[in-house]
Amino acid sequence: MTLREIVETVNATVLCGEENLDREVESGFASDLMSDVLTLLTDNILLITGLSNNQAIRTAEMSDIQQILFVRNKVPTKTMLDLARSQQISVLVTSYSMFKSSGLLFAKGLKPVY
Amino acid sequence: MRLTYVVTPGDFANAGKISSSVKSLLKQLNIPPGDIKRIIVALYEAEVNMVAHSYGGEITCDIEAEQALVEALDVGPGIPDVGLAMTEGWSTATSEIRELGFGAGMGLPNIKKHTDELEIVSGKDSPTKISMKFYYRGGPS
Ligand SMILES: Nc1ncnc2c1ncn2[C@@H]1O[C@H](COP(=O)(O)OP(=O)(O)OP(=O)(O)O)[C@@H](O)[C@H]1O
Ligand SMILES: [Mg+2]
Repeated sequence: MTLREIVETVNATVLCGEENLDREVESGFASDLMSDVLTLLTDNILLITGLSNNQAIRTAEMSDIQQILFVRNKVPTKTMLDLARSQQISVLVTSYSMFKSSGLLFAKGLKPVY
Repeated sequence: MRLTYVVTPGDFANAGKISSSVKSLLKQLNIPPGDIKRIIVALYEAEVNMVAHSYGGEITCDIEAEQALVEALDVGPGIPDVGLAMTEGWSTATSEIRELGFGAGMGLPNIKKHTDELEIVSGKDSPTKISMKFYYRGGPS
């Protein structure tokens, strides 16, 4: 599904990377554990996380993840958004829980990594 | 090409800066994307470990045409039982580290998974030296 469809599905706000809304995203991975994310070798992932700190953006950068959805209204700081922008990572935020966000996106066809 | 970086202990705000610089450099050098990913994920895990668990140290990267060697050398406190530390899920991470999203005990196993050759030399009250070797395989990430 496209990033735009993801935004609509979880009623998200786009904080940066609006220019990438037509990008196709294959699969989703929900975790607050960065080392879990770093084990993934799949490309084209949406990272769904409630962990709102620099390391979430850094982890996405190192794993070549180009889009992050922060759940539970975990609004990222300006430093995080600057970091995301410098790496062309799109950042979305939703008020929905991790479970609700993942469930809705799964139902709409976003694939699990495993 | 040899690059050396200093790692400041406890500086979580900047953890990842070194890995980020090396990543841009590897891209500029046109190293295959799949290899960049392996190198960078392993380097990042080692960098975060040094920030989180050590008294600080240095990371040295030797980037060559066919292979890369990354060495993380800190000044202690060391890993008393390296075999145990390599076990998935084993961690001594503090709550501060866990709040940052680390401390799953997956870093060292993850480094193992991404390297072609890995050597860890450590011990109680000793420096820790992690040597990671990567032979480029080519191909996408
Ligand atoms: N450079 C180091 N100096 C001292 N101890 C270390 C060092 N690196 C790792 N360790 C020890 O080995 C343990 C396991 O490391 P590992 O990277 O696998 O897990 P973690 O850092 O605790 O969690 P994660 O990497 O999943 O976020 C650590 O909890 C720590 O006790
Ligand atoms: Mg670790």
